[in-house]
Amino acid sequence: MQTPLIEFRKVSKRFDGKPVLDRVDLSVYPGQVTTLIGKSGVGKSVTLKLIIGLLDPDSGQILFEGRDIGRMSRKERRQMRERFNFMFQHNALFDSMTVFENIALPLQEKTRLNKRDIEERVRSKLESLDLLGIEFKYPSQISGGMQKRVALARALISDPQVVLFDEPTTGLDPMRKNSVLSMITHNQRNFGFTAILVSHDVPDVLYISNRVAIIEQNRIIYEGSPHGLEQSQQSVVKEFIYSLEALKKDICGLPDRSELEKAYMKAVHAWHTAGTFGVLVFRIKDYRAIEEEIGEFGAFEVLNTLAERLRSYVGSWNYIYGRYDQNTIVCLLPGLENKEACEPVLWRLAEDLQAQTVFQPNQYTTYCYEFSVVAGCIIGSDSMQLDELVQAAQPELKTLVRLSCAQTTNRGSYA
Amino acid sequence: MPMTWNGSPFSEASLGFLQIPAWLGRNAIQLIKELGAVFLFFLRGLVLIFQYPFQIRKIIQQIYFIGVKSIFVILLVGIFTGMVLGLQGYYTLVKFGSEGVLGGMVALSIIRELGPVLTAIMIIGRAGSAMAAEIGIMRISEQIDALVTMDISPIRYLFSPRIVASVVSFPLLTALFDVIGIIGGYLSGVLLLGVNSGIYVSRMEGLVGMNDIVGGFYKALGFGLIVVTICCYQGFYVHTRREGFGAKGVSLATTSAVVISSVCVLITDYVMTSFLL
Repeated sequence: MQTPLIEFRKVSKRFDGKPVLDRVDLSVYPGQVTTLIGKSGVGKSVTLKLIIGLLDPDSGQILFEGRDIGRMSRKERRQMRERFNFMFQHNALFDSMTVFENIALPLQEKTRLNKRDIEERVRSKLESLDLLGIEFKYPSQISGGMQKRVALARALISDPQVVLFDEPTTGLDPMRKNSVLSMITHNQRNFGFTAILVSHDVPDVLYISNRVAIIEQNRIIYEGSPHGLEQSQQSVVKEFIYSLEALKKDICGLPDRSELEKAYMKAVHAWHTAGTFGVLVFRIKDYRAIEEEIGEFGAFEVLNTLAERLRSYVGSWNYIYGRYDQNTIVCLLPGLENKEACEPVLWRLAEDLQAQTVFQPNQYTTYCYEFSVVAGCIIGSDSMQLDELVQAAQPELKTLVRLSCAQTTNRGSYA
Repeated sequence: MPMTWNGSPFSEASLGFLQIPAWLGRNAIQLIKELGAVFLFFLRGLVLIFQYPFQIRKIIQQIYFIGVKSIFVILLVGIFTGMVLGLQGYYTLVKFGSEGVLGGMVALSIIRELGPVLTAIMIIGRAGSAMAAEIGIMRISEQIDALVTMDISPIRYLFSPRIVASVVSFPLLTALFDVIGIIGGYLSGVLLLGVNSGIYVSRMEGLVGMNDIVGGFYKALGFGLIVVTICCYQGFYVHTRREGFGAKGVSLATTSAVVISSVCVLITDYVMTSFLL
C-alpha cells in the first residue's frame, strides 16, 4: 500500500481549553487531491494550519514522509516548508503590493532568479489564470473572484509539491467557483502536486477529489474515496452528500422515505382502531428525462407544484405524506373505506394541476418535453408494509395530468 | 504578548490588603516576561539584518518612509522650538545681563535634550503609529501567516529593515532638528530681539563640545531602536491582546505603541543623560 505523504496520528488541538481536534487520524497520499469537509468551526482550517506549522498540536504526531514534524530540526522544518504553499480562505494578499508584486514575492524572496526570469514566470502564471491586464492593480481594486485567482497564482508560482487550499471557492459565484475548482484540478494534473482542500462545496468538490475526510465533533468520521462516501450509511455522512437534496426537501416540505416510513409505522396503530385508510400514490413519469430535457429546476418545479397542490387538498385530514422515491409521492389518508372515496380528491387535484404553469405548453418556448403525472388510490390495511402498499397501488395508476407540447389540452384520465 | 494588568487588587475575588503584594508580584512577573519577549524580538530582528540576501531596497523604502517623509514635520517643530527657546532664554538671561550666552544655551538645550527627544516623539507620532497599525493589519488579515507559509521570516521581512532605517533616520533627523532649532533661536534672539550675532555664534561655539554632539547622537540612536522595537512589537503581536481583536486590537496596539514608546523615550533620556553628564 502507498505510504502517506502526510499522516496525523492521534492529533489533538485545543483553544482556551475547548477541543477543536480530538485524537484525529488522517492520511494524505502523494499526488492526490484530499478534501476535508465539515460544518463551520469543526477544525478544518486548524488541520491545514497544523500541517504547515502555523499551529502546533497539543498532543499526537504529524508525520511528513514518515518523519515526525515535531522532532524535526529548524533547518529540516524550513526545508519541508519550502515544498509547501498555502492558499488562505480570505486570500491574505499583501494589500500594499500590486498583483504582480504579490505573485512575484515568493520568487523574489526565496529564489535566485533574475528580474527577467521572475517577470516571465509571473506573466505566464497570470496568463494561465486569465489575469493579464490587472498586474499593476492593487488587491482592493479587483473583484473577489480575481483576488482568489491571484491568491491561487501566488500559491502555485513556486511550483510547490504540496498545496493547501483553505476554502478556495468561498464567496464566489457558481461560474467562478467552477472555474477555480477546474483550475485546481488542471494545475494539479499538470504539475502533479499533492492538494489538500478545505471546502463546503459539496458535492462539487467531490468530483475533483481522490480522497475525502469528513470532520465532525472534533473527529474524522469518514476517510476514503468519494465513491465510498456515497455508500456510507452514517447519517452525518449522508447529510453532507445529500445537502442539496435536503434543500429541495425543505423547499417542498416533503419528508423523505425514512421519515415517511417512521410516520407510517407510528400512525398505523392509531388508524387501526379508527378504521381503514386510503393510500394515494403519485408518480412523475420519466423524472430523470425531464431533468435532462427541460432542466433540473424545471423538474423540481413539477415536483414542488405537485406537493404544494396535494398539501392544499388534503390539509384538512390528519394525513401522512412524503417522498417515497425520487419521483413518487405517497399520501395516506385515514378514514376512507373504499377507493371511490378518494376519487374526488384526485379529480379536483387533476383540475387544479392542469391550470398550473408547469403544465402549460406555452411556458416552454425554447424546448418542450412531454411528460405526465400518474396517480392511483387503494385502501390500505395495517398489516401491510409501506412498500407493499405502493406495489399494490401500481395497477391503479392513471394519468392525472400531462404536458402535451403539440396539443392544447393537458387533461388526463381524471378530467 | 503585549502586557495588560492582571485584574485589580481590589476585585471581588481578591478582597483584603494581603492581596496587593500578590497582585503586584503577578504584574511584576508579567512585566519582566514582557520585557524579555520585547528584547528577544529585538535581538531576532537585529540578527536577521545580516542574513543574506540583504534587503537593500526595503531598507531604502523604510528610510524614505521614516526619514524623508518626516523632514517637513521636523523642520517645522525644530524652527519653532528654537524660536521659543530664543525668546524665553533671552527674557530670562537679560535679567542677569547675560543675554550674550543665548546662543550657547539654545544650542546646548537642543543638542543635548530637545533635539533627540522631540525628534523621537515626532517620529513616534508620524511613523511609529503607522508601523504598529500596518503590521497589526497585516497580522489580523493573515498576511504575516502568508509570509510564514512562503517560508519568509516575517521578522526579517517586516522588522529588520525598519531597524536599519531607524538607526539611519533618527540621528540624521535629530541633526537636522538641531541645526534648524539653532537657526530658530538665532531668528528670535538675533533678528527679533537684537542679540549680537557674532556673540550668539561664538558663545555657541565655545559652549558646545564634541561630547554634547556625540551624546545627542547616542540618544537619537537609542531612541530609534526603542521606538522601532516597541512599535513593531505592538503590531506584530496584536492577535495576542486580551482586550480586543480585529480592528479594535489594531487601534489599541497603535495607541499602546505611541504611549509606551513616548514614555520609554523620556525614561531612557533621563537614564542616558545621567550617564552622559
